Amino acid sequence: MKILVNEEVHDVGVATLDALLRELGYGDACVATAVDGDFVAAARRGARQLHDGCRVEILAPMQGG
Amino acid sequence: MTLFYGTPLSSRLMLGTAQYPSPEILAEAVRNANAGVVTVSLRRESAGQRAGQAFWNLIRDLGVPVLPNTAGCHSVREAVTTAQMAREVFGTDWIKLEVIGESDTLQPDMFALVEAARILSEDGFRVFPYMTEDLVGAERLLRAGCEVLMPWGAPIGSGKGLNNLFGLRALRAHFPDIPMVIDAGIGVPSHAAQAMELGYDAVLINTAVARAGNPVKMARAFGMAVEAGRMAYIADPMEARDMAVPSTPTIGQAVLA
Repeated sequence: MKILVNEEVHDVGVATLDALLRELGYGDACVATAVDGDFVAAARRGARQLHDGCRVEILAPMQGG
Repeated sequence: MTLFYGTPLSSRLMLGTAQYPSPEILAEAVRNANAGVVTVSLRRESAGQRAGQAFWNLIRDLGVPVLPNTAGCHSVREAVTTAQMAREVFGTDWIKLEVIGESDTLQPDMFALVEAARILSEDGFRVFPYMTEDLVGAERLLRAGCEVLMPWGAPIGSGKGLNNLFGLRALRAHFPDIPMVIDAGIGVPSHAAQAMELGYDAVLINTAVARAGNPVKMARAFGMAVEAGRMAYIADPMEARDMAVPSTPTIGQAVLA
């Protein structure tokens, strides 16, 4: 299925957010996630099912004012 | 001692971490400013680069409390989701809440800000709302659960200083017991000293330090200005007068004309 990750289309064969992060190489990264605009806590990524066309945001610490 | 949600800070200067020429200069600026808090943010991460991790390691090594922001958010939903993500990544329930209502001035949307502040406060966040100097908005934010207010001095990154002295004085006078931070618009150390002389509890600065020709030296200058301004406030400044009053005694002056 096709998933939009940080506004880039990815064709993936995984079903959960946790698996998606591992497949894309974020396995041990310090990131926070949201699916379709809703925050998904790290502890709930394994249970969060993805669907075709869903929007995933993967954010990390960055400089800020 | 001023407490921010029950926490004392080591200094009254809050420093942003964006726009520095290099990570090393950022770290040196934080040390030279003697910053009591540093602000941080969240942005999209590339799996290959891991730039966020390197930045976070640098900030943690500084040992200064972090205040994550919701910069760039234009709606309640964006700001709330960003705050939730920040809480998990940075491990703090402090959040500098920004909900921008107007793109040219980056003026806060006070209506959305109050709504987002209520949602986040009920969810256990300690909200630092980036706001205008609006008295009614301030009252609503306090009712929404905020225990700190952060009015702007001038638009973000403008360096204009304190645009509305009357409004900022009125805000300070209306809420004398609420910790208040001037956030945004400060351009030079004298602006920061002025904010502190008005009785504000802290200032938050980023661009004025990061974009200075010598950010490290400017950071130190801001640290000194904040300290001087606070000391002047405590020392109770004289009232300004419209007319001159001789400072040298006139009694005993010779008549020589």
